[in-house]
Amino acid sequence: MKRLKSIDDFKALQGLIIADRDPSISTIVIPAGTCGQASGANDLMRITKRELLAKGLTDKIHLRITGCHGFCEMEPSVLIEPQGTFYPKVSIEDMVRIVEAIEKGEVLEDLFFVDPETGVAVEKQDDIPFFKKQVRTILARNERVDPIRIHNYIESGGYSALAGVLTNGKPKWVVEQVKSSGLRGRGGAGFSTGLKWEMLAGQSNGHGKFLVCNADEGDPGAYMDRSVLEGNPHSIIEGMIIGAYGTGATEGVVYVRNEYPLAIKHLVIALGQARGLGLLSDDILGTGFSFDIKIVRGAGAFVCGEETALIRSIEGKMGEPRQRPPFPVQKGIDGRPTAINNVETWANIPIIIGDGAQQFAKIGTKGNSGTKIFSLVGKIKNTGLVEVPMGITIGEIVYDIGGGPVDKAKIKAVQTGGPSGGCIPAQKFDLPIDYDSLIEAGSIMGSGGMIVMDENTCMVDVAKYFMNFLKDESCGKCLTCRKGTQRMYEILDDISKGQATLEHLELLEELAEVVKDTTMCGLGQTAPNPVLSTIRYFHDEYIEHIKNKRCPAGVCKELITYFINENCTGCMVCLRDCPEGAITGEKKELHVIDPSKCIKCGVCKSVCKFDAVDVN
Amino acid sequence: MINLTINSLNVSVEEGTTLLEAARFLGFHIPTLCYMDGLSPYGACRLCVVEIGEGPKAKLVSSCTYPAEMGLNVRTASSRVRRARKMILELLLASCPQSKTIQDLAAAHDVRQQRFKQEYEDCILCGLCVRMCEEQMMAKAIGFRGRGENRSIGTPFDITSDVCRQCGGCMYVCPACQLRCTYTEPEKAVCGGCANLSPPCLQKEQFDDMMCYMDPCVACEIKKD
Ligand SMILES: Cc1cc2nc3c(=O)[nH]c(=O)nc-3n(C[C@H](O)[C@H](O)[C@H](O)COP(=O)(O)O)c2cc1C
Ligand code: SF4
Ligand code: SF4
Ligand code: FES
Repeated sequence: MKRLKSIDDFKALQGLIIADRDPSISTIVIPAGTCGQASGANDLMRITKRELLAKGLTDKIHLRITGCHGFCEMEPSVLIEPQGTFYPKVSIEDMVRIVEAIEKGEVLEDLFFVDPETGVAVEKQDDIPFFKKQVRTILARNERVDPIRIHNYIESGGYSALAGVLTNGKPKWVVEQVKSSGLRGRGGAGFSTGLKWEMLAGQSNGHGKFLVCNADEGDPGAYMDRSVLEGNPHSIIEGMIIGAYGTGATEGVVYVRNEYPLAIKHLVIALGQARGLGLLSDDILGTGFSFDIKIVRGAGAFVCGEETALIRSIEGKMGEPRQRPPFPVQKGIDGRPTAINNVETWANIPIIIGDGAQQFAKIGTKGNSGTKIFSLVGKIKNTGLVEVPMGITIGEIVYDIGGGPVDKAKIKAVQTGGPSGGCIPAQKFDLPIDYDSLIEAGSIMGSGGMIVMDENTCMVDVAKYFMNFLKDESCGKCLTCRKGTQRMYEILDDISKGQATLEHLELLEELAEVVKDTTMCGLGQTAPNPVLSTIRYFHDEYIEHIKNKRCPAGVCKELITYFINENCTGCMVCLRDCPEGAITGEKKELHVIDPSKCIKCGVCKSVCKFDAVDVN
Repeated sequence: MINLTINSLNVSVEEGTTLLEAARFLGFHIPTLCYMDGLSPYGACRLCVVEIGEGPKAKLVSSCTYPAEMGLNVRTASSRVRRARKMILELLLASCPQSKTIQDLAAAHDVRQQRFKQEYEDCILCGLCVRMCEEQMMAKAIGFRGRGENRSIGTPFDITSDVCRQCGGCMYVCPACQLRCTYTEPEKAVCGGCANLSPPCLQKEQFDDMMCYMDPCVACEIKKD
């Protein structure tokens, strides 16, 4: 790779790459992020390569391996460009047929996605309801680039924003643009990114300043940052270089958890390529401006996503938050001014600078501009990553994009904001999703986890689950966080076992308020959210557990019994599968569960084809 | 100089002063547990919380770590502060009821019972010993390890650190350790049976008179000849 010595060199290269491309050539796009690879994308890649080589089609059909596109439920999937044909859940045999069909200029209708609502087969990705309502400014870029090919990124307009900034932008202009775009940090707190940068730019830099990309992503079930980092690492690098130019930062750090090997691999490759082309490190594009980025791997502690703990972790110390003020912008890594932003925040920067702040601010609502990626999981048809404009309602995400409940049970609530978020009940599904409304409703935006729950979810159990996570992940420094989460868990556990009284519930609420009030960092301050929000919206369920010793959703083991009803055909399936041998009965006769042997594992219920196992 | 109000009194302090220092300068008492003059503030016990800010933005912060800011309006004993303190003391009593320091603090704040399941732990992880060891004894022989429920004080791999001089400083500052109850004044003793006589940096075999203030020790397993 030849090092580019000037901005003109870069433009010439970009011109060459674009001229070299023939957009009419069919391209097979295989999303192979961690999710894709786990569901078999590697096999599809292998088969496709073999087919193309064997049939001598390499000039006629191109192959592009990309990061995750978001529809993880349907992976491994294949997208055919330029037509936009989408094939979900592709098998190895299907893949061979797909290559054949492309060669003949045909499509395979039997492999199309079938809308579960209408039963109609849909050919194009853009017509699938899951994609239709999304505004995919960031995720759509994952489709267009192979993360380990910088030319791919440059071809799709990458590094143009940086070139533009270096040509004419004054640093102040960059910060102004970001500020007027209204971009708020996507890592959770929603602080204005432009304002943060302005503060960093205003700090004197005798010993240098830092920019950090926070890719710790500790929320269980959330993986949007991983997908962006895996699928489009250059967008993060470009965002950080632009940020450095605007704020006068001299060093960059990407703090990424070691559990993300693919993201780290792609990032290492991308950094090497950017350096090789002269887009990073000394004298960027011959302009005299220098900035470099290094990777620091975290060991996967949730609390290390918190700014000050993250800084200590980068310094090689124990990941433990400290008092703010002084804020990282004043005193960060090694005491030097540091601005920390989330992966998604960084991914938005090239878009803002490239398309203009005004354009960016048009998406979303006032005070909450742009899009946000959520990882939509739980009792819902279409799980995956969804990118939506800010201000969309929860209902639209759950029903229009998510496709509603998987089976008959009605959707009861969504949990947003990760472990320290809150549950929002179905009657509030017209709530617009933005930082302020979610806080108002007792939850938080967090980094974008969204778990859908139906009537078979017990809210006490949910609160207990998250509290269990938090009591292990609290750094343990603050007494009220460490002991507070342990004690809240203890009480929730008692409630779930029917051993609590109303006084315990009162104590739980009282404790939750104090934990919220008296802890040092965001983890402790938000830790009571799962408890407080479930008590606020699902008080009846708590009372049922306490007064009537009943778990309405049939989840809390100590409070339920399994029994077999008249629907039983005596098929003996449950009898064979019960690990405890608690079920007895003759063939074609009603079976019976011995409650003294039953461990309430629920296997019988899940294997019965006749709806004959009930929970009481 | 920084001007702020504490409980409606104006005070002007130097930059870098903490709220705790400013309040004490004015004579307002704020209970503390993990704070000690001569050691850097850490903010672990949260007992020293005070209320700052107005209206919906009002919040509690630990006064031992929070720096004085221009125009700040600090309340050291608002109802929110007192409610928090009581709950913190309840939590402490629930975990470490045998500590004389905690008993005294609870009594002073009219906390006479706690509502959680009783535990008997011998450390509240206040970090005084760690800071004492590092900042005053210049040894850095002990430290925190683990997180959440598993956090504890110890030495790497549980092996006595080479730099430990067995000065006993850690035991001296420990608010949970029973030695402190008797110290040199047996008449003030609230004997808990020396439940905590295992400071992490010391091996029991190596106890000598330098370290134990009680002679003979009332309940210590280690017999001295
Ligand atoms: C306990 C805790 C965990 C956090 N985890 C993350 C995380 O995994 N990723 C992230 O970007 N921000 C996380 N944050 C938020 C960061 O502290 C910080 O606000 C954010 O990275 C700032 O970037 P932004 O302004 O772009 O959002 C966490 C905060 C807390 C309190
Ligand atoms: S609130 Fe919890 S996680 Fe945060 S510093 Fe305190 S103990 Fe650690
Ligand atoms: S051993 Fe004592 S001084 Fe050290 S942290 Fe525990 S309670 Fe504090
Ligand atoms: S004295 Fe301030 S937190 Fe312990």
